[in-house]
Amino acid sequence: MHMIENGNVAAALAVKLAKAKVIAAYPITPQTPLTEKLSELIESGEMQAEYIPVESEHSALAVCIAASSAGARAFTATSANGLLYMHEQMHWAAGARLPIVMCVVNRAVGAPWNIWNDQQDSISQRDTGWIQMYACDHQQIIDSVIKAFFIAEKASLPVMVCYDGYILSHTYMPFELPDQERVNAFLPQFRPDYALDPNHPANLNTVTLPDVRIDVHGELAHGYMEIRYLLQEDLRNALSVAQEAENRFREVFGRGDNPFIEPYRCEDAEYIMVGLGSISYQLRDVAETLRDEGMKVGVLGVRLYRPFPDKTMAEALRGASGVIVFEKALSYGYEGALCSDIKSALFEHAQGGRKRTFVKGYIAGIGGREIKTAELSDTLRSAMRGEQENGPNWIGIKIEE
Amino acid sequence: MGTRKYRYKTSHSQPGPGDGGRTGFWRVLRPIINTETCIPAKRKAEACFICWLYCPDAVISRTIPPTIDYEYCKGCGICAEECPTKAIAMVDEGSFLKDEE
Amino acid sequence: MHTKTTILSLPEEEFVNVGTRACSGCGLGIAYRIGLKALGRDTILVVPPSCLTVLQGLFPIASTKLPCLNVTFASTAAAATGLLAALKSLGKEKIKVAGWAGDGGTSDIGLQSLSGAAERGDNFIYLCYDNEGYMNTGVQRSGTTPLGALTANTPIKGKLQQKKDIPAIMAAHGINYVATCSAVYPLDLYDKIKKAIPIPGTKYIHIHTPCPPGWGFDPRYAVKIGRLAIESGYYDLYEIEYGKFRLTAASEKLLEKRKLIPVKEYFRSQSRFMTLTDAQIAIIQAEIDAKWNRFFQSAD
Repeated sequence: MHMIENGNVAAALAVKLAKAKVIAAYPITPQTPLTEKLSELIESGEMQAEYIPVESEHSALAVCIAASSAGARAFTATSANGLLYMHEQMHWAAGARLPIVMCVVNRAVGAPWNIWNDQQDSISQRDTGWIQMYACDHQQIIDSVIKAFFIAEKASLPVMVCYDGYILSHTYMPFELPDQERVNAFLPQFRPDYALDPNHPANLNTVTLPDVRIDVHGELAHGYMEIRYLLQEDLRNALSVAQEAENRFREVFGRGDNPFIEPYRCEDAEYIMVGLGSISYQLRDVAETLRDEGMKVGVLGVRLYRPFPDKTMAEALRGASGVIVFEKALSYGYEGALCSDIKSALFEHAQGGRKRTFVKGYIAGIGGREIKTAELSDTLRSAMRGEQENGPNWIGIKIEE
Repeated sequence: MGTRKYRYKTSHSQPGPGDGGRTGFWRVLRPIINTETCIPAKRKAEACFICWLYCPDAVISRTIPPTIDYEYCKGCGICAEECPTKAIAMVDEGSFLKDEE
Repeated sequence: MHTKTTILSLPEEEFVNVGTRACSGCGLGIAYRIGLKALGRDTILVVPPSCLTVLQGLFPIASTKLPCLNVTFASTAAAATGLLAALKSLGKEKIKVAGWAGDGGTSDIGLQSLSGAAERGDNFIYLCYDNEGYMNTGVQRSGTTPLGALTANTPIKGKLQQKKDIPAIMAAHGINYVATCSAVYPLDLYDKIKKAIPIPGTKYIHIHTPCPPGWGFDPRYAVKIGRLAIESGYYDLYEIEYGKFRLTAASEKLLEKRKLIPVKEYFRSQSRFMTLTDAQIAIIQAEIDAKWNRFFQSAD
């Protein structure tokens, strides 16, 4: 069934189709319509779930952590400072290996206050051990949230589905609403290996020593380092879980191909632009413009940012003369995080004797600053001409006259 | 031999005694019950058991007379202090260590 | 008037294993042991960072025989809410949920989430064991540390502020059951937990918990010193049930006896109060006398 709705509602409908059982919600712009829609679905009886109006985002994730530990499918959503407030719990959920799904409606972080879109909120969480998926349109939002529950429960890892605040959350687009029976076929019931239960008492996430230790059965149990190592190992293996989810989704719904990247006219491209989220679709207009002028340019949209699909990225970008990364966040003190990761992947997977590809990063749209397609075209032309300075450049900045 | 095959991937503790090791080694003084003045011992029936109630470490059993698990008793002395007939004496642990060696 | 539990009628089964890392003479040891007997096997516990975290043991050995979720410092009550929501969605509502937090995790960092849960009326028991300081991290002052107490970070002047009254804050939320207990009156604690269990909504139980290393006394006097707090009228055992205040147990007996032990005996039994002057103690005694005169008048 096709419908026209906003991105937040698309996300809410996915949560309903996935039959999440515990929803924790604290309001923050521009996430609010998502959780409001969920409360409407629950109060009307259309969705069977517990809706907890928590008193802070830290508590929102606390509710999800506890609910997931007790064996219930849990969901929450947030943005910006709300995500930052739950940062402690982000690490906790990953270390506890809980398959919580969260929507992050990307928004700029304070100080100073700003409610418009950039990706600093989710990018700044990239070290926590969460899987990060980015959606570029409403179909991707609804499909990704459904896939997220599958991936989370298969890999025992929390997953965030990110989409741009206002640009996607509040705009209306047509999309296909997946049918409940097909979602049931795609997404099995949540059966955790362990759920808190008086019949099988256990003490979860207690103090863990630096070194290994014998347990009550006389077996050698992990130290903290092993538990964290397994987190990393399983997070890297989640690349194949993401592919498995994609394949399964395609079997059931007839769409889906590559869970990692969305290439556009990259096959013969000499210069490839890279974007995360909706900007990658805007970059297609840039590619069209320059193609019309005879330049061989393409766009690589990144769909999965953590675990970073380094091999896929390197293979996709290696052949280009230049890679131009546009991102709405950065690792303050150095450069755009995606740009760094790409440079690292290219370096890591460099093939001997090949001319080294240059990677140039630009910062755009911070705090919702409008990104003008013409400015992107100009920037690309200048990068292609080799007019490079060191460090990231900020497109649309007005600090100089 | 590593922990690769360990049954859990998270910090998942199972119930068992002695997390703190053999906490009996903490003792400087050991509680000894005098069965002649201990109320349940004298009456040969369930009675009193104040020592059992107040033990913070659950090392006293509600037997007649109460028995103390010296593997784990930390020697805090609360049982001796609270016994209504002063039937429990706190005795220097050193004197027992020689016998137990 | 419900039957009061006696030592002999207390269930014998222990829900705590021996050999924990708790200090010798730990007041929490008594409260936790007896408290778990009241809660029973069908309970899931929530525990933030605190002395209890350590008492419960380090991975992979658990001292508690009940299922337990360790959570971050600020989130005890929110986690309890999450457990309840999950159990309800799974049709397992008969399983009880109980949070056990220290005074720091309740009156300071945990107050926000506790207030949120109480406002929502989430159906669990929250037990705060109040050893009047951040004892697990080395005896730093907390919101419930009493005036004048020396701690690791009030090492010379003692705490300059009053003890935060958490039971009063919880009563102001309008929850159906608020009670104060003491680790050294374990039968009263047992009865209050038993009473609280079937009461709907959030229940709050505050447990005064003597701490030998933190308060500065020989462990063998833990119960005696806990008693002095109550029998001097300094700390009272009461219930606020559906808004109605009532002194209970040993505090109720004081209403009949009409005789309070001088609070100076309580203060002089612990080295943490060694800088409290006689003049300061006299002021505190006057406050206690005023409070109890009001109690005596209400009782007449």
